[in-house]
Amino acid sequence: MLVVVCVKQVPDTTQVQIDPVTNTLIREGVPFIVNPYDTHAVEEALKLKDHFGFRVAAISMGPPNAEATLRKALALGVDRAILLSDRAFGGADTLATSKVLAAAIELLAQEEEVGVVICGKQTIDGDTAQVGPGIATRLDFCQLTLVDRVEELDLSQRKIRVRRKLEGRHEEVEAPLPVLLTVVRELNRPRYPSVSMRLDAADAQVELWDNSVLQLDVNSIGLKGSPTWVSRIFSPQRSLGEMLGDGVSDPEGAAQLLIDKMLEKDLLAL
Amino acid sequence: MMPHPALFTPLLVASLAFFCWSVYRRFSLVLLGQPEQRLDQPLRRLQEMLVYAFGQLRVIRKPFGLNHFVIFWSFLILAVANGEFLLNGVFQSVRLELLPQWAHHALLTAFDLVSVLTLAAIAFSFCRRIFFKPPYLDSLYVKARSPEAFLILSFIALLMVAYLGMHAAIIAQGGEPAASAMPVSRMLAGLFAPNAPYLAALTLSLWWLHAAVLLAFICFLPHSKHMHILTAIPNCYLASLDWPNTQPREHFAKGELYGVGSVERFTWKDLFDSYSCTECGRCQDACPATNTGKPLNPRQIVHAIKVNLLENGPALREGRKGTLPLIGPEGEGTNTEDAIWACTTCGACMQACPVLIEQMPKIVKMRRHLVETESRFPEELLNLFENMEQRSNPWGIAPGERSKWVSTMPVRPFVAGETEYLLYVGCAGSFDSRAKQVTVALATVLNAAGVSWGILGKDEKCCGDSLRRLGNEFVFDRMARENVELFRERGVAKVITLCPHCLTTLKNDYRQYGLELEVMHHTELIAGLLQDGRLELGNAELALGKISYHDPCYLGRHNGVFDAPRALIEAATGQAPQELGRHRENSFCCGAGGGRMWMEEFIGDRVNHTRVDEALLGAPDTVCVACPYCMTMMEDGLKDRGAGQVRVRDVAEVLAEALRAAKA
Repeated sequence: MLVVVCVKQVPDTTQVQIDPVTNTLIREGVPFIVNPYDTHAVEEALKLKDHFGFRVAAISMGPPNAEATLRKALALGVDRAILLSDRAFGGADTLATSKVLAAAIELLAQEEEVGVVICGKQTIDGDTAQVGPGIATRLDFCQLTLVDRVEELDLSQRKIRVRRKLEGRHEEVEAPLPVLLTVVRELNRPRYPSVSMRLDAADAQVELWDNSVLQLDVNSIGLKGSPTWVSRIFSPQRSLGEMLGDGVSDPEGAAQLLIDKMLEKDLLAL
Repeated sequence: MMPHPALFTPLLVASLAFFCWSVYRRFSLVLLGQPEQRLDQPLRRLQEMLVYAFGQLRVIRKPFGLNHFVIFWSFLILAVANGEFLLNGVFQSVRLELLPQWAHHALLTAFDLVSVLTLAAIAFSFCRRIFFKPPYLDSLYVKARSPEAFLILSFIALLMVAYLGMHAAIIAQGGEPAASAMPVSRMLAGLFAPNAPYLAALTLSLWWLHAAVLLAFICFLPHSKHMHILTAIPNCYLASLDWPNTQPREHFAKGELYGVGSVERFTWKDLFDSYSCTECGRCQDACPATNTGKPLNPRQIVHAIKVNLLENGPALREGRKGTLPLIGPEGEGTNTEDAIWACTTCGACMQACPVLIEQMPKIVKMRRHLVETESRFPEELLNLFENMEQRSNPWGIAPGERSKWVSTMPVRPFVAGETEYLLYVGCAGSFDSRAKQVTVALATVLNAAGVSWGILGKDEKCCGDSLRRLGNEFVFDRMARENVELFRERGVAKVITLCPHCLTTLKNDYRQYGLELEVMHHTELIAGLLQDGRLELGNAELALGKISYHDPCYLGRHNGVFDAPRALIEAATGQAPQELGRHRENSFCCGAGGGRMWMEEFIGDRVNHTRVDEALLGAPDTVCVACPYCMTMMEDGLKDRGAGQVRVRDVAEVLAEALRAAKA
């Protein structure tokens, strides 16, 4: 059985700033990182590999330099890395992106049964959390989102039981295979690549699939296939909060006030 | 009168053969280690050997060391007597009488006197182990009151007794023409009735006692901790000439192994070190981890290597794998991961070792194995490693914020030819809110003295100190290359650092990458400026009260900067700082070195609490430091101990305050 994990190269958003004049992202000199949620997706796929002996394929849609992200996945132990890169894929919104990723997974499924697809819950650049569910819809897989624990994978019954992390509560759900999971950080602790794995990954083959491989209608993918248009980007002005006291003279009182306010707004779990 | 050589010769030959076989068996195992160059610069090495081995410089640092000094030199002098004894037992014509009479008599007198001295020293040694045993003499697997220790002491005592007794008996028989040269033996002869009938038999018995003990000693030596008689002197010759002793580089290529996960992965010198340990316990007495109840004991690390080598050696020699793990659950011959991670790399163990064993690099080598091969390390380090690799600072703050502190004052970028010094601010000085105050203070002082300096700003990267000490050599190597290239590109020649960790990395570690910089800690530079009269501090009184100075390990012990910070505090306040109990070379770590800054401290007492308690004994108003890690550890420790009213100041801040006061 094959586990497919979807990863994305994202700009290090802690370092992204918005140009106040043009209202566009200043991306110059901003380094790329692996989307942090995806590192947990990779780890979970590798845990399934360790436990069940599945093979793991990592796929990523992006420009040619997104190969670096796939090499990181290779260094961690995935068996196969495929970069989906084509000019026709560019400018895609979440719908068009999920079409390309789903097509790649279908192609992989022709070689080996795909039992589980794992994605991070969202990417930190777009923060839409739509691509994972979009892939599941396109593939007609069950989707279990916001997974923070895989309770059981029963191969004989072909079902999976997971815990979902929701606001203030957890939910335990079960679904038949094949399934798509989107995962949160609490799920696991990503492993650290050993030096020999890193060196092997540096020379390993990252497969490049363009649209000649996927054979998708160019009008359904990329910019042309994206119904979403970004009209403007701006940083929202934070409305000023309340200023109580002078912030200097009465630290204990200020702390008490802060705690009271937080309790009032139910921000402190007691 | 003397025993027949036909009886003694086979015994001697058998003993020597056993000795040689034992030595061969043990020492050939050392060759299982990896190669390492330790034979260069013979003159410097000879000097080290003379000072540390024959001069016993480190041994006599502790009061009881004098006792060892006496035993060591007596042993050397009596080696002549024992040599003659053995030769004479085989070839009866070989005697000291063949020497000119004055030399013969001088030797006899010396033998007599040092034998008595040795007896006294051995008596002291017995008493020390029995009545006033210091706690550091015991480790988990080697005890001060072990039969082995007493057996060795008894052997030495018996040799002396037999030597003096035999000569006394010969003199009492009137058969010793050189009796006048042997004051002690002659005095003892007075105890016997002259020419008593039993004297011949007594002489013979004592001769055999002497022979038996000597031969037993020869056979026992290579199997006991007394093996250090054979190894300690060469070990001082082979010691690392680099001080501070940083870690060697690793070569990264496919198919290589990284770090030390099994005993044969150590270098031959690492293995030889383990044979040289005398189990004196001085390293464990100095170690901040051992002292705060951590499972790390540097002496035990060395002991474990020896036991592991002896246990696994035979299998390794045949090309099989050893069965006793080098890193694993607690047991003799195995190091636990908790022990390996407890090291602060403060270097106190290496400073204390009388025979120049290098404990700390061995620990880092084992960390390398855990990080680079096993990917196994305390989980809080994962964030650190990712942050370092992605954002080149331990906190993972956006690199763009590195020069944010500059908003408080005008600062020039470093341009070769236009600015003399690069101020390498470092991660703490750039990102840590408390350390940033030190950066600003230092900048003020530099400006006041008219120093031409600039910064790399957003282009500055982390030096990688924590990564290297934590064994993540792969990422350190990459960062070091990047930095070396950056420094070369920008034409950096002179560097001022705020942090002793940056200091040691830029100065000592980057040298391995072929980069020779003139790197100075800020205290060194400012002390020079003060001497040149470029800083006017005035005599205004500062509100700092009584100041105690804590030596940062990487500034003091590792880089020898002890006087500059003290001189600066004295110049700024008119008073020399108060010393902590353990200071200068013997300073006690704050607990943050070796990457411990980024790790939790779950086992035992906290190192910084122990250090703060020591500082509080002097009831200071201000604790002065010269390192951002020490700053954090001391401030936190003081708060934890309910002594938050005691201030912690970097030396640069004290100077900035003095400048401010002088202006006012």
